[in-house]
Amino acid sequence: MYVTTDPSEAKQIDPLEMPTLCPGAMAASNPWVAGPDHQASCGFPGELVDNWQEKAIEKMGELLGKYRSLKVYLDSCVKCGACTDKCHYFLGTGDPKNMPVARQDLLRKVYRRYFTLAGKWFPSLVGAEDLTEEVLNDWYTYFHQCSQCRRCSVFCPYGIDTAEISMAGREILDHIGKGQKYCNEIIGKVHTIGNNLGLRPNALRSTLEGLEEDIEDDIGVPVKLPLDVKGADILLVTPSADFFAEPHIDGLIGYAKVFHAAGASWTISSFASEAANFGMFIGSYENMRQISLRIRQAALDLGVKRIVFGECGHAWRVAYSFLNTLAGPFDFLDPRYPVPQHICEYTWDLIEQGKLQFDKSKNDHIKLTFHDSCNVARATRMGDMPGGQFEIPRNILKTVCNHYFDMPADTIKEATFCCGGGGGLLTDELMDLRKKGSSPRMKALQTVQQEHGVTHMAAICAICKTQFSKVMPDYGFERDSILSVHQLVSNAIILEAPHDEE
Amino acid sequence: MLTTIYACLFYVATVVLVVGFANRIRQFAMTPAPLKIPTMPAPTTKTGVAFRLFREVAFFESLFKSNKWIWVFGWVFHMALAVVLIRHLRYFVHPVPEVLAFVQPFGVLAAFAMVAGLAGLWARRFVVERVRYISRPSDHLMLALLMGIGLSGMMMKFVAHTDIVAVKAFFLGLMRFSIQPIPADPILLVHLTLVAVLMIVFPFSKLVHSAGVFFSPTRNQVDNSREVRHLAPWAAKLEADRAR
Repeated sequence: MYVTTDPSEAKQIDPLEMPTLCPGAMAASNPWVAGPDHQASCGFPGELVDNWQEKAIEKMGELLGKYRSLKVYLDSCVKCGACTDKCHYFLGTGDPKNMPVARQDLLRKVYRRYFTLAGKWFPSLVGAEDLTEEVLNDWYTYFHQCSQCRRCSVFCPYGIDTAEISMAGREILDHIGKGQKYCNEIIGKVHTIGNNLGLRPNALRSTLEGLEEDIEDDIGVPVKLPLDVKGADILLVTPSADFFAEPHIDGLIGYAKVFHAAGASWTISSFASEAANFGMFIGSYENMRQISLRIRQAALDLGVKRIVFGECGHAWRVAYSFLNTLAGPFDFLDPRYPVPQHICEYTWDLIEQGKLQFDKSKNDHIKLTFHDSCNVARATRMGDMPGGQFEIPRNILKTVCNHYFDMPADTIKEATFCCGGGGGLLTDELMDLRKKGSSPRMKALQTVQQEHGVTHMAAICAICKTQFSKVMPDYGFERDSILSVHQLVSNAIILEAPHDEE
Repeated sequence: MLTTIYACLFYVATVVLVVGFANRIRQFAMTPAPLKIPTMPAPTTKTGVAFRLFREVAFFESLFKSNKWIWVFGWVFHMALAVVLIRHLRYFVHPVPEVLAFVQPFGVLAAFAMVAGLAGLWARRFVVERVRYISRPSDHLMLALLMGIGLSGMMMKFVAHTDIVAVKAFFLGLMRFSIQPIPADPILLVHLTLVAVLMIVFPFSKLVHSAGVFFSPTRNQVDNSREVRHLAPWAAKLEADRAR
């Protein structure tokens, strides 16, 4: 564990420290391009089409007519500079094209050239440029250095959201045959198998059965993880990482224990065995819709009354903000509950009703902080009140853990930093970018480590958990310093052992 | 001759401004927002959204969170500009209502504040490396235009007075389609030319941010996606393939 003894050093760590500008610093950071099979599985051309320039402009025109956000944001920026120091990738790399406004300008300069009077008549005056191969390569490079975390949109006086721009950029790239392998391969797996991992129903069933045995061996209580149970009350949709990765799986065990303690009837679906929806990352309404419709179909086939989502950041965004749009209306579900619900809402409701019992001392070896996952914080809500997405997870953690400390106020809640691996960038070839992009969050964590002796950080996002377990060692933390929120619930929850019937 | 040129200039500028800006607003309004994307935490009611937009427009709330220097220069400039514009209404109404007479002394102060705010914003484009990187010639030109308007206006107040009675007669005449002579005062003509250029450029430039802020989905949407189904017309058409 990283320990600093010199107290003066504590003041030297500044999560918001401004880098010096290094033009081109990240120009070589490119994710692998999708091959023809992966492109085809999402409905995109297999390789860069011959008339890509014409097709790209045509697609841009189409998107301008379909998305008010794109139109308004490309027109409204005044280059005030408010966003320039807000992106974690800029703070971590110093590459000026990672300033949100500069990232937007990559698309904006082409928009101006082909769609505005000023750009047609006075291109150099307003910074309008033709769509050249160089510009295209910049699009691919820098739209894959945006994790769509929306931090810039909080600080923009017009609410310009760079995520909307990078999504449009990726949508154009996909339609001219230059998609990103990581996202498109995963989307293909969801369309054919039902989850990002490509885990088939039998494998999923044996995984869940193995987990049931582990839990019973561990605590002597037969906690179940039901699969494809028709007539169950609750459908749990959770990221497939929860089925195999650490610390995700400990979160899944936590959900199961909560359901068990509540005596709930619940099930996982093998058909919709994925909460994540990478269709959002590539800005594809159609792919996002197809993935969402699997959840609707699973809910109908199983005849459930409620849908609950597991811990996953952008999944909760698609679920909370888009699911009703993409796959609603959900009038066939129990109207007494919001559709969908977050597992944290579910657990917190039970805690408030006094239905869960905890032994907080089980987490006494942990001094905890909480990482607000970007998409949960800035693109969703939990509970009835705005800001519930900040309070409910913290309330749960404070219920199950005695030692809780927040990171500096300008790095949490609506100002939270992305983990550095969101938005479809959680792929090994982008590891350099991921490590640099995580630095503001890691520095914020170091400050509470020094001030309060914080040992662990909890998160409610599968991507955050994977990303942190990879990058934490670079910042002096053990890779298991990142925990699932429901892992802490799982540690502390008291379940009654069954009475011996003999 | 001079009078005819300026009369034509202002008729053209007014038409370009009104038609161009209305057209831009129409484009913003007609383009659907297919998904709920308010930047959270967001208001859960329409009243709450109206209040959020009011805070953005009146206090520049998000900018305040971001950067106090940009906020102070930007807010001072915009508020001062608003006061100056209100003060200028006196050239378009007769008789001058008491409210406008009351604003008169503040308008003079506001001119200084407006120029100071502009100077601060302009200085940032040179001094702050990040802002220098994102500035284009048009960003400087826009500031030059506004600065020129402010300074030429102040010169008429504090250095070389112009015949404002004649100026008012000219503009009242324009509004009634009865052209009155314009004073051939160089500072006045510079001032009016720059204003006309600004009016013409307005709908085609980044100055449409004045409309954009009201149409920004991250700011003007209600956080109610679980309660109310939000569906764009083009997205509804995709649902033809749905069995149930």
